[in-house]
Amino acid sequence: MSSGEKYVAAAYGVVFVTVLVYVVIIAAKLARLERETAELAELARKRSSSG
Amino acid sequence: MSTSSPNSSASKIPVPAIAATAAALVGLSIVLALVVAPEDADQGISQRIFYFHVPIALTAYAAFGWGAWKALLVLWKREERYDLESYVAIHQGTIFGALTLATGSIWAKASWGHWWVWDSNQLVLFLVLFLFYSAYFMLRFSIEEGPRRENVSAVYALFGVALIPVSFLAIRLAEDFIHPTTFTRDGPQMTGTMFFTFCVCWLSISLLAYALYRVELLGKRLDSNLRELREALT
Amino acid sequence: MNYLADVTALARKDLRLELRARDTLPAMLLFVLSTLVVFHFALPTGADEVAAQGLLWVALVFTALLGLARAWAPEREDGALEGLVLAPSDRSAIWLGKSAAVFLFLVAIELVALPAFALFFSPLDAGAVLGVLLANVGICAVGTLLAAMAAASRTRELILPLLFLPLAIPLVVGGVGASVSTEPGRYLAFLGLYDAVFAILCWASFEYVVSE
Repeated sequence: MSSGEKYVAAAYGVVFVTVLVYVVIIAAKLARLERETAELAELARKRSSSG
Repeated sequence: MSTSSPNSSASKIPVPAIAATAAALVGLSIVLALVVAPEDADQGISQRIFYFHVPIALTAYAAFGWGAWKALLVLWKREERYDLESYVAIHQGTIFGALTLATGSIWAKASWGHWWVWDSNQLVLFLVLFLFYSAYFMLRFSIEEGPRRENVSAVYALFGVALIPVSFLAIRLAEDFIHPTTFTRDGPQMTGTMFFTFCVCWLSISLLAYALYRVELLGKRLDSNLRELREALT
Repeated sequence: MNYLADVTALARKDLRLELRARDTLPAMLLFVLSTLVVFHFALPTGADEVAAQGLLWVALVFTALLGLARAWAPEREDGALEGLVLAPSDRSAIWLGKSAAVFLFLVAIELVALPAFALFFSPLDAGAVLGVLLANVGICAVGTLLAAMAAASRTRELILPLLFLPLAIPLVVGGVGASVSTEPGRYLAFLGLYDAVFAILCWASFEYVVSE
């Protein structure tokens, strides 16, 4: 690969990796939200069974 | 729930549709930029970086402008959702600004052999803006959540858009005594295909930014709804 | 409620407080003189005059920051800012009064700092002095508002330089340009533009910065 091609690949690669990192962060957030909704569902169940 | 009742028409389009369209367009842009567009006679293959670098820069400006518009709405209409929308827009702008600096630096290295050139007005402007908007986050997160934080963030966001043209002028003026202009780079003479490629890339990057903006907004609204639920249940 | 009377009263209050306490002005004075001496040692031999002029602006900006960090201290300590905000006068008058006071403090400092610079380094021409005066307006207008924002933040003095420096960059460009260029007019006009744009913005938005 000529050096020009390497730079083009680097530039496009940086953009691609950034978007992928974004996806990873969202995936982590989704996992946390899933945990929290499960907790809240449990709380609601306890509420309705005791209330 | 006042945080989740948008009424503009664009926000009714579901996020997956936007993301799918963005993905398709970005794919098309890559093909166009790397394969279809003719190679530039002067700069060779590294000119292809321009097809992403400039749209990313333009999108960053658009994001800052969008954030400032929402900030104005915060101060004017006082609805809760505008603060979050302003924040997310500026967040996107900062990310794309950082990407502008990264791709611009790579382009500078490819074209002129240096990872940083003070001669490139656009790069210098983005550096100043990046510093400015980074301070936005430091400011925002050092203030307690509430109307004070919303107001201060909004005013700062408005200062940002005033800074953009003023800084640009300043950097132009500074050229005269800091660095003699050795490179006069007019925009590349674009053939029809090149211009078409550029436009498609611009559209796709803008749509990508909008998709990321909507996704982030979704996540933050989910967060705040969950918090309310938790408070209601405990 | 005469707007101008409010502004004058507020500015006069700040000046009187400083005259009595005498803590901020002497500190700024000593700081700017020390900085100029440090710059003498920081400049390599044979460094040209232009570089020294640039450093003058660095000294001025950081001295201004020092003063701005304490600009709202009297109001903060007594909780007086809430009282002022609730007063029937237009809140932008608070900003204008405070900016005017800061402007006068800066001018007082510069009356010593500029001759000191001329003594240590190289003489200053009319372009430089005009540039300093015009830049002062921008520094005071923007700095006072940003200092009020910083006062609302947890990190206070720590965050003020971060907020101020990016906005100060155009002022430094205009000021250095006015000092070193053979045609200072363009740079002075630019400083005027900056002052106009940001003073209006500050004047219009100050009330949002201090209210809930």
